[in-house]
Amino acid sequence: MVDVSNLSTTFFSRIPRPLRALLGIAIAAFAWVLMGDRISEFRVTQGSMVAAYALAIISIVMLTGYSGQVSLGHGSFLAVGAYACALFLVNLHWPLWLSFFASVLAAAGVGAIVGIAAARLSGPYLAGTTLAFAVGVPSISGLVSILGGEQGISWDAAEQYAPPSRYGDPYVFLNKWVYWICGAALAIGIALAINITKSRYGRIWRAVRADESAAALAGINVARSKILAFAVSAGFAGFAGAILSVTLSSVAPSTFGLSLSFLILTGAVIGGVRSIYGAIIGALALVILPTLSDMIASNASESIHTNLPGVITGVLLVLTVLFNPGGTAAAFNHLAHGLRFKGRRSSH
Amino acid sequence: MSTLLSTLITGLSLGAIYSLMAIALILVWRSTRVVNFAQAGQAVLSTYIGLEIHRMTGSYWLAIVLSIIFGGVLGGLIDLALVRPLLRRAGSGPEAAVAPVIATLGLLAVLQGVVGMFWGGELIKFPSAFSTAGLSIGGSKIPFSAFDLFTVGASLAVMLAFSFIFQRTGLGLSMRAAAFSPEVAQLAGVRTGRVRTIGWSFAGAAGGLAGVLITPTTFLAPNSLDLLLVFGFTAAVVGGLESMIGGALGGLALGFGLALVLQYAGSSYTFMTAFVVLLAVLLLRPQGLIGKRGGRRV
Amino acid sequence: MLRIDSLTTDHGQVRAVDHVSFDVEVGSCTAVIGANGAGKSSLLRTLSGLVKSSSGSAHWGDVDLLKLPTSEVVRHGVAHVPEGRSVIAELSVEENLNLGALWRGKDPDVTVTKSEVLDLFPRLGERLKQGADSLSGGERQMLAIGRALMARPKLLLLDEPSLGLAPIVIEQIFHTIDTMRKATGLTVVLVEQNAVSALAIANHAIVLALGKIVASGEAKAIASDESLRHAYLGY
Repeated sequence: MVDVSNLSTTFFSRIPRPLRALLGIAIAAFAWVLMGDRISEFRVTQGSMVAAYALAIISIVMLTGYSGQVSLGHGSFLAVGAYACALFLVNLHWPLWLSFFASVLAAAGVGAIVGIAAARLSGPYLAGTTLAFAVGVPSISGLVSILGGEQGISWDAAEQYAPPSRYGDPYVFLNKWVYWICGAALAIGIALAINITKSRYGRIWRAVRADESAAALAGINVARSKILAFAVSAGFAGFAGAILSVTLSSVAPSTFGLSLSFLILTGAVIGGVRSIYGAIIGALALVILPTLSDMIASNASESIHTNLPGVITGVLLVLTVLFNPGGTAAAFNHLAHGLRFKGRRSSH
Repeated sequence: MSTLLSTLITGLSLGAIYSLMAIALILVWRSTRVVNFAQAGQAVLSTYIGLEIHRMTGSYWLAIVLSIIFGGVLGGLIDLALVRPLLRRAGSGPEAAVAPVIATLGLLAVLQGVVGMFWGGELIKFPSAFSTAGLSIGGSKIPFSAFDLFTVGASLAVMLAFSFIFQRTGLGLSMRAAAFSPEVAQLAGVRTGRVRTIGWSFAGAAGGLAGVLITPTTFLAPNSLDLLLVFGFTAAVVGGLESMIGGALGGLALGFGLALVLQYAGSSYTFMTAFVVLLAVLLLRPQGLIGKRGGRRV
Repeated sequence: MLRIDSLTTDHGQVRAVDHVSFDVEVGSCTAVIGANGAGKSSLLRTLSGLVKSSSGSAHWGDVDLLKLPTSEVVRHGVAHVPEGRSVIAELSVEENLNLGALWRGKDPDVTVTKSEVLDLFPRLGERLKQGADSLSGGERQMLAIGRALMARPKLLLLDEPSLGLAPIVIEQIFHTIDTMRKATGLTVVLVEQNAVSALAIANHAIVLALGKIVASGEAKAIASDESLRHAYLGY
């Protein structure tokens, strides 16, 4: 079992299920809003980044944790989502929610096409091909003029999605409004992800991941299930890209380089590739680690300062793979499991 | 001189470097069944070591030789410190499938970060002992410099040395045996762990040379060899990922192909080339351009 | 002498070898027979360190086999020919043979061993430069045994040499094993499903079923025991 929600089973299990879900959402929403009020304006933007990263990591959880496929190029699907969102929002003047929806569909569509190829590849071939994909995609911005080349596209957030106001006087400042939007997007994303993984498709993906031939013998169309997983995963990545672009109020090819692909993979590994809740832990780690290393290296030279986060995440990745392959979520579960069964376990 | 011919000549030296990188990746793949994404980081660190040697001694030749040796030592150390425990802990489930990928990516981040800490992020031109300006034959200039000639020669020398070791020595035989059937090799007395360490060393040395050869014409920065890694991987897959000769030919083919794309389509398209070539080869001819039919499952 | 005492090997939840004990005299041939899945291969794989034992011991002379990594076993005179004509298809016939003697380094006797092996299997001599993948099934088995002999072993562990071969080829290979053993004083442990052929050239035999020894004794006695034949050997 890899599910942090186990931690609270003893207390929560007495409450009826639908109520429990509502309660969970209410608590999470309250915590999200409260956090936004307590932290500075800059930190609020970091909160929006957590939401974007968490959605991106969820897309990796779907792909790797459930369907067993590897992608080193998921940053490219974030790029597709982000650019799509920018085009719909800025060029076509669609409302924000519709732009989000369209960017998810766009990324899922590209994901389905890549997924057709990916379903026929495995292991290092899939990893290398998605890596090459990640290298190639940002360069497209230089080929199509509407994408704005190296500079990309930027816009005035206050114009595109201004916070609600009365007599020209906004209730919340812009960054916090974006932070709320991102929080809502994350909540929708998590709810969707949980529903998908608990659905028939989630079970099919796991069956294919565990044993392709057995799944095929059981009547599952293995290729179709992999393509679907890739498309769904790309859709989540596109969603993440869209809210990332809204947070930054710009898109540029440099945002979506190889390092972004590696970054979300890092978050997924640290959080645990099988856990949707672990994605939040991973996203928090991605945002906190640079801040932390800033504090450690505050007196160090410029070059140490800029490179410490990379070294720390690299070391974390290697250590996680070697000593805690299930990621933080699995470690929590072991801990919770150990605590709960401590009294009962006599032999082992 | 016709444009086509001069374009192909341009691709020759680049292709030779891709071949070196492909061979480095193939060496590791054959010995460990892992694609070493950290190869770019190893090569970059080796190249910076060479740069530092050059700054201290002023000798290009000492720099290039020590880069190669350092690359070899580093590769061996990585096998001992990272790969050996990783293989021992091989588990199951989706984590096990991504573990080697993640571990080598993590190592890549560490290596590039360490390089950045010591040498900063600015772009540096690696020195070269030969002119990088085009040679002239019979009064007309060709897009092939003395340095390109050296690049092709050095790459060729390394490939010949490797092929001699593999085909003619006991070490080479044990490396091939361990690659194709570790169990039979062990039963025959081959110490496969040691053989794997040597394979990683050879790969590291080849990567180091590739770094030293490509950075005088491009530039050196902590992540400047990422693209070389992608093209090296593409070349390796084109060649079938198992055969050294395949990797060498794959590198050359890719070098020529990229030169053509650069000449006739423009530099923006080069980044997509690796992806398109990879997809085309993997989907249409999965066994690689020279591999045997039905040889591999991709 | 090979001395196996209460050797036990587990594959996860399955006990493949269950407290097996027997001795093999130097220069003799012991057949290990039994049905598919009886644990015969696991027994040999434990002896050569390919799988780890759970308990028990196995000594070849003074050497504790269970403490050795696979690559060292051959250096103590024990050669294992695993199941399934284990040649390396990507190498030539000659390279497969050379591989068997690589660990002996520059020992000048290697060439002597090689000519002995080629005398034993002349068909390999005709095909030295060919790829091992061009060989027939019988030739592959000869090459696998030849590679093991290149190590100049004192103890030969043979796993199902008859598997998938035509009767006439089986007879030929078993005859070669028998004459070679008698000529050189080699000790042989022969794992076989083909009980008739194995018992014909063995001195002793043990019968395994579900990892346990269910019968042991003189090969002739086992061969003539009707109830044993019906219950475990299937002929």
